[in-house]
Amino acid sequence: MSYFSDIYKGIKTLLTGMSVTGKYFITSKKGAITQQYPDNRDTLKMFDRFRGEVIMPHNEENEHRCTGCQKCEIACPNGTIEIIWDRGIDEETGKKKKKIDQFVYHLSMCTMCGLCIDVCPTDAIEWGQNFENSVYDRTALTRVLNKPDSKLMKGVED
Amino acid sequence: MILLSITENIHNWLFSVMPAGVASIVEMVLIAIVYLTVFAVAGLFLVLLERRVAAWFQLRIGPNRVGFQGLLQTMADAIKLLTKELTGTDRADKFLYNLAPYFVIISALMALAVIPFSKDFHAFDINIGLFFLIAISSIGVIGILLGGWSSNNKFAIIGAMRSGVQTISYELSVGLSLLTMVVITGTLQLSEIIEIQKSGWLIVQGHIPAIIAFMVFMISGTAETNRAPFDMVEAESELGAGFHTEYSGMKFAYFFLAEFINMFIIAAIAATVFFGGWLSPFGITESIPELGVFWFLIKTMVLVFLMMWFRWTFPRLRVDQLLTLEWKYLLPINLVNIVLMAVLVWLNLTIRW
Amino acid sequence: METEVVHTNFKSEEYFINMGPQHPATHGVLRLLLTIDGEIIKKVEPDLGYIHRSIEKMCERDSYQQIVHLTDRMDYLSANINNEAVCLAVENALQLEIPERVKVIRTIIGELTRISSHCLWWGVMGMDVGALTTYFYGFRDREMINDIMEETCGARLTMNYNVPGGLMLDIHPNFVKRVKEFVAHFKTKLPEYDRLLTGNVIFQKRTVGVGVLSKEDAISFGASGPVGRASGYSCDVRKHHPYSAYDKVTFTEALKTEGDTYARYLVRIQEMWESLSIIEQLIDVIPEGEHRVTTNAVIKLPKGEYYQKVETARGELGVYIISTGTKNPYRLKFRSPGFSNLSLLNHIAVGGKIGDLVATMATLDLVIPDIDR
Repeated sequence: MSYFSDIYKGIKTLLTGMSVTGKYFITSKKGAITQQYPDNRDTLKMFDRFRGEVIMPHNEENEHRCTGCQKCEIACPNGTIEIIWDRGIDEETGKKKKKIDQFVYHLSMCTMCGLCIDVCPTDAIEWGQNFENSVYDRTALTRVLNKPDSKLMKGVED
Repeated sequence: MILLSITENIHNWLFSVMPAGVASIVEMVLIAIVYLTVFAVAGLFLVLLERRVAAWFQLRIGPNRVGFQGLLQTMADAIKLLTKELTGTDRADKFLYNLAPYFVIISALMALAVIPFSKDFHAFDINIGLFFLIAISSIGVIGILLGGWSSNNKFAIIGAMRSGVQTISYELSVGLSLLTMVVITGTLQLSEIIEIQKSGWLIVQGHIPAIIAFMVFMISGTAETNRAPFDMVEAESELGAGFHTEYSGMKFAYFFLAEFINMFIIAAIAATVFFGGWLSPFGITESIPELGVFWFLIKTMVLVFLMMWFRWTFPRLRVDQLLTLEWKYLLPINLVNIVLMAVLVWLNLTIRW
Repeated sequence: METEVVHTNFKSEEYFINMGPQHPATHGVLRLLLTIDGEIIKKVEPDLGYIHRSIEKMCERDSYQQIVHLTDRMDYLSANINNEAVCLAVENALQLEIPERVKVIRTIIGELTRISSHCLWWGVMGMDVGALTTYFYGFRDREMINDIMEETCGARLTMNYNVPGGLMLDIHPNFVKRVKEFVAHFKTKLPEYDRLLTGNVIFQKRTVGVGVLSKEDAISFGASGPVGRASGYSCDVRKHHPYSAYDKVTFTEALKTEGDTYARYLVRIQEMWESLSIIEQLIDVIPEGEHRVTTNAVIKLPKGEYYQKVETARGELGVYIISTGTKNPYRLKFRSPGFSNLSLLNHIAVGGKIGDLVATMATLDLVIPDIDR
């Protein structure tokens, strides 16, 4: 008799499985979990902490907060950040002072570990939410984060 | 009778303008072209349907970019496959390798010829229709065997051997479950089988044994077409792509299309034999025979959907369990079922109205 | 059991077949050298090294903060638990006092990671035995965890959320709400998993009695995690050597004695339930406090050897550090669970069919970067 009860149980479990998929089939119109990506670009918003790329915010007077301390360069495990610095003369005190010339960021080498942003003492760099980073030429992935002729924000070093 | 009058007009016109021999050849070519069109359209539509249905089962949307709601998606795929390079292995048996896809696709086409789409839409109404279908449906496996064997690839040959084992076993059940119904009808001719169902679909006429036969037929029919949960032949998590590992471009597309046409054929046979073919339920549209195609396609599509539902729900069987299912369960049940049906017919216990 | 028939008229020949490195069932770049007789497996030889990136050697170059992000790339499905292992090892070596808040958050995130890993495994398990739809259902639920991770840690897969001394950032204000939503959602979906796959007669035929591993073998091969526990070997690090907040929660260790593929499957399903209960116990009692203890910018471990083990989704992950007192480890060895679990594949797969091998491999839950490192 176990022969027939096996058949009965087998068919029953198969129908149970079909009821699960069948339920989703019927409610498929509202249940789809697909995002239609390029179409929803306008409404697609990443989370604040999303790690897309490292950016250096500038204010309206084209000033950034980077003092060129190079802590991020040391903290980076992959050599993603290169700071080319210079000694310029401070306008107020007239003394020689370290300032950044170029903050070079190689996105192609970045693993988005966040250690640079974690160690930055002046919050000069932070995460950008842009995730569309593909380019046709890999040289485009090497970026200079400080804008041309930008200056250090006043009061950052205090 | 629009359809009939068109075909009759063409028939009369052809025979009036040319000698009888030439006219019949032209007619045959015309019918072949019509069927090839049906074949291509059905194949492309079924591929799209499968993808959309699968997507709906899986909480996805499915192809919806090419054309309205993705209607042209498979057309685009076919064009892509046409333009692809035909690769192959170095030491493959070139003749058999190239022959195999045609075996598969031609057998699928031949089976299509005997299926009654409607009262007058029936290319080849021979008196051994059902037998012809059973015989033809087993030719396709030769193509699969040849393809797997000649590809010179071990994964392909494992797939081909599995396919041989599987088809030889499941043919028995397909045949026997259809023969169970022949006990009621007493004829193998498909048009007569439908004629008999005017007094009730066979699944109603034969009640219990007919339902058992239908279930057996759907299971073994799914196995005949090598679809999940019986897709041992491809079994992509085990064999990569199985027997068509080494095929590309249009030759692969033939295998692919044939799978879907075979699915259509199995569903069409089930609709014809168990659910009255092009007959409308309770004869509600008996006065409008043009709707026959519509009813036939509705019934077939419901059964096709059932097979898709199987495919996207169940895990795959192992090759030895596949044989266990056939030889220890389906075959004995089937044999008992035939006897049961015979007793039913003998005692006149069938339900008719 | 079936006895082997020796044919005298026909010669049966064994042949060799390459499964992988590109094969759908090897989940990455694992290469299996199979010796097969017909459909029956005679020998399985895993060939490793296709994704070897010398993480252990790179660790000798990096500072202790930098090591953590490399561990994300080992077992990428339990990235947070890997991070936690390194951080715990460093913290224990420095004898840092870690705030309770950090411990609790680490535990919650670790359990979320475990559920997400098991969700993916469940989907892939279904796919390996041929039920393709499970994959999408598993990923639907995993997606919710990924969103939680993205909101709090900033990344979905390689989070690098732990640092020696605590957590990089405090949890996001939405964290508790979202985790509760997920727990409520997942409690309705787990029974569905059972109805769709666990109870299915075909699935049971495919898994029950397949790939049986005895308790003795499990111990001698060094099996850990769900693979060991399915054979009756009680090896849950969370239970026997509690770390973080595991000593404050009550949960049962999922144990089975059958040791077959089905038992390994059931252990993982039960682990998902246990993880849910752990999260539920902790999510309302996250203590207030600091999310991080400040450490020196350059961490130098005292001279000596340190070992810390944790329970990842795959089993026991050990971190063994030899320090000479400099800012880099002299040697760092990871004892990865996948490597030991893979080593027993030949033992349990021989004699089965190709389909059995695939089902067995699916329940070993291999992550190849974890094996190769």
